[in-house]
Amino acid sequence: MSTTTQDAPVEQGEHDSDDTNYLNHETTIWSWLSTKDHKRIGVLYCVSLALVFLVAGVLALFMRAELSAPGETIMNNDTYNQVFTMHGILMVFLFLVPSIPAILGNFVLPLQIGAKDVAFPKLNLASWYVYMAGAALTITALLAGGVDTGWTFYTPYSSTTGGGVLWMTAAIFVAGFASIFTGLNFIVTIHKMRAPGMTWNRLPLFVWGMYATSIVQVLATPVIGITMVLLILERVLQIGIFDPALGGDPVLFQHFFWFYSHPAVYIMILPAFGILSELIATFSRSRIFGYRAIALSSVAIAMLGFLVWGHHMFVSGQSAISSIVFSLITYLIGIPSGIKVFNWVATLYKGSIWLQTPMLYALSFLFLFTIGGFTGIMVGVLAVDVHLHDTYYVVSHFHYVMMGGSVVALLGGMHYWWPKITGRMYNETLGKIAAGLVFVGFNLTFFPQLVLGSRGMPRRYATYAERFTELHQLSTYGSWILGAGLFLILGYALHSLAYGEKAPANPWGATTLEWTNVAAVPIHHNFERTPLVTRGPYDFHLADEVFGGGDGKALGDETPRIPEPAPSAPTEEDAKESAGA
Amino acid sequence: MATETAPAPTETDAEHDHHPAHLEHHFVSSEQQFDSAKLGMWVFLITEVLLFSGMFVAYAVFRQWNPESFAAASGTLDQMMGTVNTVVLLTSSLTVALSIHYIKQDKVKQCIYYLLGTLGLAGVFMVIKYFEYTAKFEHGIYPGAAFDPHGAHYDHLAGLAAAPQFFSIYFVMTGIHGIHVLAGMVVIGAIAFMAWRGSFSSEWYTPVELTGLYWHLVDIVWIFLFPLLYLI
Repeated sequence: MSTTTQDAPVEQGEHDSDDTNYLNHETTIWSWLSTKDHKRIGVLYCVSLALVFLVAGVLALFMRAELSAPGETIMNNDTYNQVFTMHGILMVFLFLVPSIPAILGNFVLPLQIGAKDVAFPKLNLASWYVYMAGAALTITALLAGGVDTGWTFYTPYSSTTGGGVLWMTAAIFVAGFASIFTGLNFIVTIHKMRAPGMTWNRLPLFVWGMYATSIVQVLATPVIGITMVLLILERVLQIGIFDPALGGDPVLFQHFFWFYSHPAVYIMILPAFGILSELIATFSRSRIFGYRAIALSSVAIAMLGFLVWGHHMFVSGQSAISSIVFSLITYLIGIPSGIKVFNWVATLYKGSIWLQTPMLYALSFLFLFTIGGFTGIMVGVLAVDVHLHDTYYVVSHFHYVMMGGSVVALLGGMHYWWPKITGRMYNETLGKIAAGLVFVGFNLTFFPQLVLGSRGMPRRYATYAERFTELHQLSTYGSWILGAGLFLILGYALHSLAYGEKAPANPWGATTLEWTNVAAVPIHHNFERTPLVTRGPYDFHLADEVFGGGDGKALGDETPRIPEPAPSAPTEEDAKESAGA
Repeated sequence: MATETAPAPTETDAEHDHHPAHLEHHFVSSEQQFDSAKLGMWVFLITEVLLFSGMFVAYAVFRQWNPESFAAASGTLDQMMGTVNTVVLLTSSLTVALSIHYIKQDKVKQCIYYLLGTLGLAGVFMVIKYFEYTAKFEHGIYPGAAFDPHGAHYDHLAGLAAAPQFFSIYFVMTGIHGIHVLAGMVVIGAIAFMAWRGSFSSEWYTPVELTGLYWHLVDIVWIFLFPLLYLI
């Protein structure tokens, strides 16, 4: 039984000599570009998305540099318009929407449910190629004169302004299919590919998060697709659906756009919730509190998320009645989100908290996402929003959710699964320093923006009144700290790839299948034998033995006891033998 | 829900005497593979419905605001051709269903005939659509800025505020539907070819079944388009 990884270091020794894994069983470039292995596709996505994140992040640093003083500092107004537009489009459509599902979902989800692969491996590879086609179209848009519409493409400006809007909308249409393919694949995989014994109530919460995300991806993305097609036709043929000069309705465009783009926020944050549940349970070594509440609140958020798009349009001229209804439903979203946060905090309570880097990100998330959520309720209040609409308050709010929520959770998840993906450990000390820099830098960047917004600083301006100078400068200094933290992560991640310590199969003592039943670096087909799942996902019954009991003495951070692997499922041959006996 | 899909036996396919050629390595059984493919197709069809839903919403909004313009503009569409096309498309749904029926009974020849029949009916649909479009183009009925109605039955459209919107929506919706018909024709042709090569049997006919599902969706979209655009 080679899957018994009770004693990880020994296993590692055996694997060093001649065993192959998913990284080294084939090594040509073509074997990567033509791979149908969900793990390799996750890695392909990881590299592509890291590049996009780097570019979009550097653009953000340029924006903050421009805003370090009133008036023109390093770029003119037109350039600034293009820079913030590209920052938004790249971050939202080409980074955040695919990020967690495409990287970690692809890599981890089949491992967590005990499957050999996703249901449609070819479609999975096609998803990456379609995404790359979208990226190529984005570059074309830049070469064709750039885009200065903001990431929202509001008509009539977007249907009349020059430059690369046509290419950019085509890019979003194409990249949308990558998202649909991933979502479709995951829904079918979760329904049909689970290992024996992996019932719905034993699914790790990351899988539940991915399931809710996939529902939103599949239901919302086609609508942005057709919206982009209509916008392209509006520009090419002047079909007069959105442009008021031709008898069209620009508010209809806003409805269409937000019908996708509000649920898209949940495409970004629901996978983050999934990661959080894994991190909180593993690093407090306790059974997750309210498993079913966390699982189903994800699905509730996915559903409610389709009913609130109008809260982006309180000042657009939609009817007052719709605004009131949208505002009320927006409050409802606070309930399942609150359920999650309370359950995570309850999981921490009396847990044996182990402050490794992934856990630091998880705790950062709890703090930052809570601020993002509260400020979200505030801008969901009809009267308050009239004041705060289109100010830095909104900018700060959604950065607290998307950067403080999604990206921080992604960083936590990347650190958590890094040993499984690469087979190597990262530098724990540097990891903790970087997590601290990200947390401090993030708050220093975006908290002043809450104040700026409430004092009336409008978003999307390259300059500002003198009285905002100090807060803007604080924000710019924060962006440097945040940038330093992220570059530090890039640095030690690359270092770890080459020189990192070899990782054991289960460095965190986690209980889900990808840690207990998979080799340190997974083999090509994931499992030596299909596991038979006999318990829930967070069974830390050994926690007291590992970390000490009621006497308050921990047994030490460095040697977590590894949970038992799940047994192998009986094969047909076993069944024949027992029948014969 | 919890017990609906517990896959029973595990990976012993390598040792099986009978290892079906169509079974991909990551599935445990043909049933699991078939169920997955079918569920995947249904999810895909849902995305298609949502793609069209955006256009239906645009139609509803503009119709609500401009009922007279829409009624007048709708009256210029050729109801006869629309009705014939509806019958043609409904019949093609029957033929594609029969092709699935026959492949389940290993009657490959009948399956191919009915697939080709479906292909032919789809072709008829597109030809009629072509004549409809060109008849409109002759009278200056184009989507968008080129809209310039002239001729006996179309002059009155020039004065209607939302007539361009009606025809923009008409051309976009029927155009995207037409693209789906063309895509379906390519797929049905490929499936018929594969059937002729002997790829399908009662044991494995997943692509035939999925193509049928897709074709029914194309049909259903038209069933909504026809009354909304031609009749009311």
